[in-house]
Amino acid sequence: MAECGRVDSNTSHTMDKSITLPPDEIFRNLENAKRFAIDIGGSLTKLAYYSTVQHKVAKVRSFDHTAKAAAGDKLYEISMQEEVTARLHFIKFENAYIETCLDFIKDHLVNTETKVIKATGGGAHKFKELIERKLGLKVDKEDEMTCLIKGCNFVLKNIPHEAFVYAKHADSEFRFQTTNPDIFPYLLVNIGSGVSIVKVESEDKFERIGGSSIGGGTFWGLGALLTKTKRFDELLQLASKGQHASVDMLVKDIYGGSYGYLGLTGDLIASSFGKSATADKDFSKEDMAKSLLHMISNDIGQLACLYAKLHNLSRVYFGGFFIRGHPVTMHTITYSINFFTKGEVQALFLRHEGYLGTIGAFLKGAEEDNPNQYSWGENYAGSSGLMSVSPDMNPMQRARSGTFDMLEMDRLERQLVNLPLLQDPSSYIPDTVDLTEDALAREYWLYCFEEALDGVVKRAVASQPDMPEAALRAEKFRQKYRHKLQTLRQQPFAYGSLTVRSLLDTREHCLNEFNFPDPYSKIKQRENDIALKYYQKAVKSLDELSWEEKQFALVRGVLAGNVFDWGAKAVSDVLESDPEFGFEEAKRQLEERPWLVDSYDQWLERLKGPPHKCALFFVDNSGVDIILGVMPFVRELLSRGTEVVLASNSGPALNDVTNGELQILTERIAAMDPVIEAGLREDRLLLVQSGSSSPCLDLSRLDKVLAMVVRERQTDLVIIEGMGRAIHTNYYAMLSCESLKMAVIKNSWLADRLGGKLFSVVFKYEVPAGKPNKDCGAFSPS
Amino acid sequence: DNIGLARKPPFPWFGMDIGGTLVKLVYFEPKDITAEEEQEEVENLKSIRRYLTSNTAYGKTGIRDVHLELQDLTLCGRKGNLHFIRFPTHDLPAFLQMGRDKHFSSLHTTLCATGGGAYKFESDFRMMADLELHKLDELDCLIRGVLYLDSVMSSGPSECYYFENPADPDHCVQKPCTLENPYPLLLVNIGSGVSILAVYSENNYKRVTGTSLGGGTFLGLCCLLTGCSTFEEALEMASQGESTRVDKLVRDIYGGDYERFGLPGWAVASSFGNMMSKDKRESVSKEDLARATLVTITNNIGSITRMCALNENIETVLFVGNFLRVNTLSMKLLAYAMDYWSKGQLKALFLRHEGYFGAVGALLELLHPS
Repeated sequence: MAECGRVDSNTSHTMDKSITLPPDEIFRNLENAKRFAIDIGGSLTKLAYYSTVQHKVAKVRSFDHTAKAAAGDKLYEISMQEEVTARLHFIKFENAYIETCLDFIKDHLVNTETKVIKATGGGAHKFKELIERKLGLKVDKEDEMTCLIKGCNFVLKNIPHEAFVYAKHADSEFRFQTTNPDIFPYLLVNIGSGVSIVKVESEDKFERIGGSSIGGGTFWGLGALLTKTKRFDELLQLASKGQHASVDMLVKDIYGGSYGYLGLTGDLIASSFGKSATADKDFSKEDMAKSLLHMISNDIGQLACLYAKLHNLSRVYFGGFFIRGHPVTMHTITYSINFFTKGEVQALFLRHEGYLGTIGAFLKGAEEDNPNQYSWGENYAGSSGLMSVSPDMNPMQRARSGTFDMLEMDRLERQLVNLPLLQDPSSYIPDTVDLTEDALAREYWLYCFEEALDGVVKRAVASQPDMPEAALRAEKFRQKYRHKLQTLRQQPFAYGSLTVRSLLDTREHCLNEFNFPDPYSKIKQRENDIALKYYQKAVKSLDELSWEEKQFALVRGVLAGNVFDWGAKAVSDVLESDPEFGFEEAKRQLEERPWLVDSYDQWLERLKGPPHKCALFFVDNSGVDIILGVMPFVRELLSRGTEVVLASNSGPALNDVTNGELQILTERIAAMDPVIEAGLREDRLLLVQSGSSSPCLDLSRLDKVLAMVVRERQTDLVIIEGMGRAIHTNYYAMLSCESLKMAVIKNSWLADRLGGKLFSVVFKYEVPAGKPNKDCGAFSPS
Repeated sequence: DNIGLARKPPFPWFGMDIGGTLVKLVYFEPKDITAEEEQEEVENLKSIRRYLTSNTAYGKTGIRDVHLELQDLTLCGRKGNLHFIRFPTHDLPAFLQMGRDKHFSSLHTTLCATGGGAYKFESDFRMMADLELHKLDELDCLIRGVLYLDSVMSSGPSECYYFENPADPDHCVQKPCTLENPYPLLLVNIGSGVSILAVYSENNYKRVTGTSLGGGTFLGLCCLLTGCSTFEEALEMASQGESTRVDKLVRDIYGGDYERFGLPGWAVASSFGNMMSKDKRESVSKEDLARATLVTITNNIGSITRMCALNENIETVLFVGNFLRVNTLSMKLLAYAMDYWSKGQLKALFLRHEGYFGAVGALLELLHPS
């Protein structure tokens, strides 16, 4: 059974009814809200609505040629435009606030199209009348299990690091799973008052294959009888302090030790409550609660394993109020699953498990909008993140009463899919270092991002000189991001594994939240203008070199160009103080060969062979990087007869070149360079957006169109450039074709870590193992 | 049985199974003692035989299950009666004291013992009663005992039986049967805890799984919830209670059947689920709680058994163990659960000598060492 509705009415009486956050920070964007859904459980209410958010975006537009003189030297103009995007809001709060919340929503709801509210959960009928009266919406009940499964599919597909394995004694309690694009089939074990075991085979096909009456209600009901403790949370507290061995009969109580013949260890429970079969002994509440917890967790784990085995399923997710973020039950269930499957099956939990019902109910109501057609992304700025409820982990989180938890998801403009060239999509992990597990690295990067905050705020204000309130907004941004960093210091697992990428993305989300869509737009514009002036000269000097000298110069050019990066602190300091910091100067800064990672010789050897069919190039920064580094390199590939797909960000991130900017830049270069011009004209040079707005790169979430182009063109070389895309992420990414990763390490801490120094070079050319490159002239298999 | 005759062990013949809660003892009383034998018989041996066969209760807690006695049994070429005796494991010291008082060790017999206690109390037997135990694996003994008792021709009622019409309480009756061609067989032994074995032949079996929710859990929880102290008391209360006041049923949540998933309204959705509410906690009786505990434990054993049967592809399930002693309620529940949830595919069988098979197996080991 799913969560039960009739719950001890005493649970809410002692609760503080004041809301600790102003409601307008919780129920955000209500004015445009439509399509409501609500899931009322035993103690928590989860509300969902769809809303649209209007925010500013930076657009670039090429000056036409006639107006060019009037616009001075500028290549393109930047304008701020308003754009409307879709956002899903999910809010979780204690049932005690339901009336206050409904009142607030009523007062702020402008949209009058909305007529119904989808409802699910055991408590839905209890509050039906109240909801209908307060909101004037008709309550439309949806099947609980259907909602649960729909919600589960949605989060598994759309939220990276949604699922995790719980390891109580590990350095980090939560070990997040990489998002596997193929989520089916799986088993969902929902532990509400009873247990439902559901096999999910596809979006629309699922079946309740079994269940058990021994569930959360048994723990709560039997626990209340045994210990006279009324609240579920308190029972768990008691259990975490108890010793079950005083109540349970263990194998060693029967055997005196282990039952060696069967390999049953002495500490194994032979009979739950086996020692309490006596009238003349008292047992402590803690011990009884602990024994009960073990009994129920083991039993559920055992049944889950039997069902998983029968149906040959290895992915088993656990949810329901018994689990809901409680470390105690996650631990005992994990233990049980490990015991019964000898480690063959892992117990998986979900970050947004509490929201599944409401997400599902919402999706049922939004079917005509086809939400499953889009990709969605967790908005780190608006989402609370996973909180540890473990009291010893984080004392300040213990007082949950009066707090609201939020999840916000943005509809992405593009549908995201895997790069078809990943060697094994299911084991692909974009991030090189997991800061959740590496405490030292975490400390450094959190410090680093906090240090950089002043600079980001300053640039954000500078990017909007015509807006007097920009300073105030920038200040709000500072507070929000600083608060996020503080939260992450306490709870590094809040949004899944903490990584440099997630820190960068969170910053972008916060900047967008306060309408700073592109703080670097003006800087990028200026640098693009300057770099373009040198393009012809750069190309000319390259063409004067011998073939071999030229290949090396091209690589050095890409690397030197990559030194120009505002995202890296060491460089932004130099750029700030000396805007004339030259390309030649950058080349001088570069490490001499042999580089820190150096497979240049193999690359050169490969170039002597036949050309690649098609190269996919993930580009990095604007200005010198793209214009003087990447473009000459691309030009050479084209000349060799290789088609080139330039993948750039869909939206702005730091000074990375966006697809919009790159379109204009390429046109301009084409006007000066017949090779580029021919490439564009003959459709051998393509500019495709990546679907990302991050300084890093997740190859499992790329624009569907890009994936299609990659497949159609039979891409056989992937080039990834820059620290964010080739070192912080994808350093270890295994591709099914040749790949080239090029970056300059512009951070001395990271350089140290990798055994190099500032401006060390990573040049990593790889041919997939077991797949000797048959095009390569160096050796031809007979 | 010539081999048996050739190395017939000296009397007395005992088999012992020392479990977590109960010690089970089987004793073979020879009835074909010749006058010559009688003369040679030492006094200690006579005294033990007389003590065991002339009483039905020993000390405060020892009991002979007279109704289970097998008469006119031929064992190892000797004719006699097989007696079934049990006492709580915590009274083992008193038993050892008695063995010492009766100079048991002077008889130079081998005491074959199985169960965890054979290991745990081995040194106590040596120190307190000067007895060496011949320790045997409990699952080996269990299977041997089951197969033996089912095979012996006895004048009494059939060893094996099942319930006809398990779905209909008014017409649910016990019917005798035999364990002919029993393999593969799922053997579920419900003692303090539960072991589930898949048996493919007398010597080929594996332990599939087990659960800690067994007879010990039923009694342990009943003691805590009702203040009772014996299995009989707990069962008596359970027979008078009503579990639906304690459990939350499907119909309590959905108002009837949960048709979407084929769950009948009467099915238990949450064991003890009604006890989440303070009012309901105050309105239930001890009898209701005892009944709910029995139903919870029994149904859970039923589900795990059914899943094992499916996973192992076995259709015959044999339930044994002392949890089923005088516990028709649980047996009928198990019979019904097997039948209902498997849509008639699974058949639940039971044996009269519920908890004594391990001890019988130990005795057989004495007579026919394997």
